[in-house]
Amino acid sequence: MVQWKPDPSFYPSPKLATQAPPEKHAFVVMFNPKLKGKPDALAVVDVDPNSKSYAKVVGQVEMPNIGDELHHFGWNACSSNLCPYAPHPHVERRYLVVPGIRSSRLHIIDTKPDPRKPKIVKVIEPDELMAKTGYSRPHTVHCGPDNIYISALGSPSGDGPGGIFMMDCETFDLRGRWELDRGPQNLHYDFWWHLGYDTLITSEWGTPKMIEKGLNPEILLSSGYGHQLHFWDLRKRRHKQAIDLGKENQMVLELRPAHDPTRAYGFLGVVVSIKDLSASIWLWHREGSNGSNGNWKIKKVIEIPAEPADPDDLPELLKGFKAVPPLITDIDLSVDDRFLYISCWGTGEFRQYDVSDPFNPKLTGSVRLGGIVKKTPHPRNPKQPINGGPQMVEVSRDGRRIYFTNSLYASWDDQFYPEGIKGWMVKLETDPVKGGLHIDPKFFLESEAVLRPHQVRLEGGDASSDSYCYPS
Amino acid sequence: MSEGSVWPWLTLFLLGAYHGINPGMGWLFAVALGLQDNSRVAVWRSLLPITLGHALAIGAVIALAAAVGLVIPVGSIRYPVAAILIALGAYRLFRHRHPKGGGMRVGMAGLTLWSFLMASAHGAGFMVLPVVIGIPGTPVEVSAATAAPVGGEHAAHNQGHFLALGGHEALPMGLSATLIHTLGYLLVTALAAVLVYEKLGVAILRRAWVNLDLIWAGALIITGVITLFIGEPSH
Repeated sequence: MVQWKPDPSFYPSPKLATQAPPEKHAFVVMFNPKLKGKPDALAVVDVDPNSKSYAKVVGQVEMPNIGDELHHFGWNACSSNLCPYAPHPHVERRYLVVPGIRSSRLHIIDTKPDPRKPKIVKVIEPDELMAKTGYSRPHTVHCGPDNIYISALGSPSGDGPGGIFMMDCETFDLRGRWELDRGPQNLHYDFWWHLGYDTLITSEWGTPKMIEKGLNPEILLSSGYGHQLHFWDLRKRRHKQAIDLGKENQMVLELRPAHDPTRAYGFLGVVVSIKDLSASIWLWHREGSNGSNGNWKIKKVIEIPAEPADPDDLPELLKGFKAVPPLITDIDLSVDDRFLYISCWGTGEFRQYDVSDPFNPKLTGSVRLGGIVKKTPHPRNPKQPINGGPQMVEVSRDGRRIYFTNSLYASWDDQFYPEGIKGWMVKLETDPVKGGLHIDPKFFLESEAVLRPHQVRLEGGDASSDSYCYPS
Repeated sequence: MSEGSVWPWLTLFLLGAYHGINPGMGWLFAVALGLQDNSRVAVWRSLLPITLGHALAIGAVIALAAAVGLVIPVGSIRYPVAAILIALGAYRLFRHRHPKGGGMRVGMAGLTLWSFLMASAHGAGFMVLPVVIGIPGTPVEVSAATAAPVGGEHAAHNQGHFLALGGHEALPMGLSATLIHTLGYLLVTALAAVLVYEKLGVAILRRAWVNLDLIWAGALIITGVITLFIGEPSH
């Protein structure tokens, strides 16, 4: 694993990373929602347009157990290894850390020497994970300057608090829980950081008991799901500030801080407002000058309304509302911090905003695929309605290609798409200067059998994998 | 080494330069802080605590050796030093540890501590130690000679230095060794930081950041082996 030069996929600054060569492979987790019969898998998708097997699965590794529900995953090492205070740039970006969100099992998968033949090299069983970290249901994986950081939704019993634990990027030994002082924080979902400000940010979904059996309408209507954002001192591992978005804003999920370490702002998505079923994007930003001290503020910058619908077209859960909620379930920010991408999993809309001025996003593109009511077909098969909607989104480092899949979370999929989601993955193209969205008609990957795709990771890194210590 | 030789001092200076060129040893942090604040002044300002931390790490090991030298004859001190060097080198060869719990906003005291820890963890002080031991009249030899039993072989060998310099020379010699080393370190660290900040840009990291830790590990092991053979009493 020792290298003579830094891993070529590590870039000191986001601007340098945008010059990275186009990815040739995408890694996609595929899970079996039936939780029995067939194990989940990590699939390798050919994304090289010049290849004969373009837009096809060209490799796959099955998990050793059944019912993991593979969900989010990440790299053992990335550009943050170049950070000046904990430099170790001669470690390879090579291993994917792939948690099972239902099983609490961690898989370490080697993607070299042949990315089309990934191999499982280590499995950390749920008992060990829970004993060593005090957490369960591992979720987001981020390669940090000094450790791999992994979020977890709850305690081993399925209650709160959820939090973050650490893992060594070479031995994959668990290094225990991250928080030294969690303050009032209890619910957990996503996290990321502003390395230039030693600040870590966490969001809130719900404890395992609140989510595993499906979206609980009682909890939702009583504002029981998460509606806060937490700011932490990354170095001292202490809670510093909580911001409440208002309890009607239910489920504060994906966090996308600016990649440039001098830019102290970022975007988050709120799934649904129980006032009017709208979804929203909020901007957090820091007040005051340099240094790690300073208050964080928040402002709603985008609101996407629910769309009126015939109750006959709606699942049981939504019939009474006579509307389909957009449900912002994932967002992604391009590496140059220029465009924000938003998945509206309910309405089946995918949007692109120019966020050069983060306080005033401008809508620059929109496409529709799937959706609870519209079931918009893909150009490859214009007569075939598809279900599910734009969900886990990933953007290439050069900002030209966007990939997304259509499944959310097994038990929730069944509530919003009760007919059963048929998994797919698509690719869009954009102009990194002008914006605009164009669906690649050749790229429509339907998953085989019962498997549903979730998060996508691009070979060499992508817009939500790497963080940087040097500004552009 | 003969008395009055310039070589040990030059070696100390060059080792300082070698420590300075390592991006993980300080200059890159100075560049990052400058870029983060978009300020040339921030680069220069951070060089002070970074250099101080390095000097403290070197000085601490020399002082430690001097203290150990009070109870162990100088002829024997090279064995533990060699063992530590070889062990450190082997460890660094197979396990690439990096500091945990650091950050960009550490302040001046934090930078000093960071630099001290980075240098210490890399065995920077121990790499310098054999050279210091080899300088006639340095604190290690002086104190060792003081403690050596009168009439012993080592004492006889060291008597020349001790008599020539006197016990009160111990402190200045240790300080001089630290300063010479630190000067070499500072010059290269400052040069690298300014060059990269002003001219080259951090893109150079992708091409030029060779795995100095490997060379470093090798240097520790080689220094350890050499240490086994220096200071042999000449009759």
